[in-house]
Amino acid sequence: MFSYYLQLALRSLKRSPGLTVLMVLAIGFGVAASMTTYSVFRAVSGDPIPWKSSKLFVPQIDMWGPKGRSDNGEPPDAMDYADAMALQRAHRAKLQSAMYQVSPSVVPTGAGKHPINVSGHAVYSEFFPMVDAPFRYGSGWGDDADRQRAAVVVISSKLNEKLFGGANSVGRSVSIEGKDYRVVGVLDDWNPQPRFYDVVNTGGFSSGNEDVFLPFERAIDVGMPNDGNTNCSEIPAESGFVGLQHSSCVWLAYMVELDDAAAVSAYRQYLDGYARDQQQAGRFGWAPNNRLRSLPDWLDSEKVVPSDTKVSLLVALGLLIVCLVNTAGLLLAKFLRRSSEIGVRRALGAQRTAIYAQFLTEAGIIGLAGGVLGLLLTGVGVASVSWVLPKDIASLARLDAPLLVLTLLVATAATLLAGLYPTFRASRVQPAWQLKSN
Amino acid sequence: MQIKPVLTALRRHKAGTVLVVLQIALTLAIVCNAMFILHARLSHLSEPTGVDEANLFVIANQWAGEQKSKQEIDAQVRADLIALQQLPGVLDAAPSNSYPLRGSGWDNFVGLKPDQLQPTSDAAVYLGDEHLLRALGVKLVAGRNFRADEIGTLGLREEVHPAQVIVTRALAERLYPHGSALGKPLYSMSATPSTIIGIVDRLQTQSVDDWQRAYAYQSMIWPLRLDWPSGLYYIVRARPGQLAAAMREAPKALLALDSQRIIDPSDGGSFAQIRQRAYDSDRGTAILMGIISAVLLVITAAGIVGLTSFWVGQRRKQIGVRRALGARQRDILSYFLTENLLISLGGVLLGVVLAVSMNVWLVVRMGAQPMSPLYLAAGVLLLLLLGQGAVLAPAMKASRVPPVEATRSV
Repeated sequence: MFSYYLQLALRSLKRSPGLTVLMVLAIGFGVAASMTTYSVFRAVSGDPIPWKSSKLFVPQIDMWGPKGRSDNGEPPDAMDYADAMALQRAHRAKLQSAMYQVSPSVVPTGAGKHPINVSGHAVYSEFFPMVDAPFRYGSGWGDDADRQRAAVVVISSKLNEKLFGGANSVGRSVSIEGKDYRVVGVLDDWNPQPRFYDVVNTGGFSSGNEDVFLPFERAIDVGMPNDGNTNCSEIPAESGFVGLQHSSCVWLAYMVELDDAAAVSAYRQYLDGYARDQQQAGRFGWAPNNRLRSLPDWLDSEKVVPSDTKVSLLVALGLLIVCLVNTAGLLLAKFLRRSSEIGVRRALGAQRTAIYAQFLTEAGIIGLAGGVLGLLLTGVGVASVSWVLPKDIASLARLDAPLLVLTLLVATAATLLAGLYPTFRASRVQPAWQLKSN
Repeated sequence: MQIKPVLTALRRHKAGTVLVVLQIALTLAIVCNAMFILHARLSHLSEPTGVDEANLFVIANQWAGEQKSKQEIDAQVRADLIALQQLPGVLDAAPSNSYPLRGSGWDNFVGLKPDQLQPTSDAAVYLGDEHLLRALGVKLVAGRNFRADEIGTLGLREEVHPAQVIVTRALAERLYPHGSALGKPLYSMSATPSTIIGIVDRLQTQSVDDWQRAYAYQSMIWPLRLDWPSGLYYIVRARPGQLAAAMREAPKALLALDSQRIIDPSDGGSFAQIRQRAYDSDRGTAILMGIISAVLLVITAAGIVGLTSFWVGQRRKQIGVRRALGARQRDILSYFLTENLLISLGGVLLGVVLAVSMNVWLVVRMGAQPMSPLYLAAGVLLLLLLGQGAVLAPAMKASRVPPVEATRSV
């Protein structure tokens, strides 16, 4: 039976080629626009570490008080040195690390080589297991290296390629800011987007590399200045990088791993207790106003997904809806025009379900054709999205198997949906009435 | 033309009519909002910076190797500047901490009193020496430039509050809306005042983000050379027509002086590149909105053509009857035009409601700007014209249906 309907549908579509092309084009464009913008949206709103994001938390402490809060009462979204160090010393979470962005120069070995600029983070040893950083060679450093302020470094596979030709460089030394550091680990290809561990300083999506990770206290010791944002509610009393450490300016990111609800509430109590202690000591003149957000909530509150991306997706979905309404209107006109044909078929004994099957087959063929066209256009769209959108974001959009399947599915399902009402109307045609009028 | 028979006929095509009305309404709502976003972005794109963009380029100079002392850095910066200024293609060069459209940078609260709790405004801070105004090519409209002996130095995170400051006209007018700001003090997060010694016509801030909108063009220049161990920017203005040559020669001259430095290719560059980078996402959004609007209008127009063609085909017999009873071709044409006008009017009425609610939603949820009613008016006009244009061809075809059609069976 299906092949018969298929034949009928193809014949009907051939009878009005202009209209068929119009419907296929509308579906194709609508689906392609939605899928292209969706591929960008999916790329920027995805969870960078889905297997663990619910266990990672970002604490915020209100060290500035009422005058430094944002309009909705939020404390600063970064940490000052004193509070970050207090949290680090207390060591109340399973894993935790204060961190700050650095951008030191590295001099490759060999005469006549120009220095290159790299960027990275100064972190504690617990950073690596906390963010599940994958290693190609070696590993992170131990907590003894933290304490001893050891001159060790973890480098990216890209920097390893540049400096050592991709060989296992564990144990070799790298000259950073004119001082030698021993390589303890080489990361595998690791480029989480957004840079969830420090969205404040990286701006979330970053096309830059993370080339080096150094022990936090070592970087502080050698006076390696921070390269990210620095926000101050008042002018620091002393100058220099040391002055920044003594000030209430915020410039550090902080992340903790808490494995269950009990640990989360215990950490929350610890933070409030800490703030109360500071209040009693006279450092804070206000009640505790801390935050402890899980990573997804944190990314949300930092508005990591650009609002442009959301608006574009909405507008493109609107386009798809208009295309569907358009298709529904055209199908309705087309189907009802064949009332007499339907009347004859019904009079000859065709069931309503047969009419349904016949017309839905026709709608489905249009949907499938629109889907194939939409697929091609989506390919073009995703390929040219870097021409339209900023590179940081555009480079993340990909056309992969799930997106391909989704495109076809959306096109066909949408067209069937659009064909539902016209088909319903067609099945309601009264055979007697049609036969009489002829 | 009588409207009643048209309405009666439409009542027999309820579902089809409703679908066209819905399509027109959605098209209007989306196109109005998309055009509003597009126009806002495009006007953003063409905002002038106030600098001599055609001849300007910026070198992002980072120091490398063993950390130098502040004195060593200052000596190097001065030597670099002399070398840059002596290049044949270079008109002038100056050191700075940033440049307009850089994306982000230093900004400070400013007030009129040292103990002011609520600052009067916010302003971008540019550091520079006595060459900076000429290097940027900004116009001094009042007062004077810095003198060489007024230029100080700024080491890593040092707090220096200069006695003199040059401000933009926008900042001067914000601080002193009544009367001239020249010679008056401003307090920029410090207890000591800075005296406004000069006012420049226009100098855009570093960020073009939305939050910056309230402080557009509010910048100030401090007479300081930046001697941070990380590095600084050299603002270089080429002689007319020699930009490419100067951009080639300048890095070579700097590296010849001292090779322990990195010139970052992803930062700075010619001002055309800087502008391109700064407005990347604005341009992208504008293009996307333009494409979507165009596709939407084409599909809606084609949909109207298709549906009307169907209706004409369906009613050939009735048209023939009307013609046989004495209706002229003109009457048939105007019947279909009126029918489309009525449907379109219904569509745009619903569309205006949808467009406004969509805009309100964007304002509340996405922090967008409220849409001006002009966009609605333009959108309504556009869709009514589009509808009439789209219906014209099928209506002409209908008007040519011969009266003899009345005597034929389907």
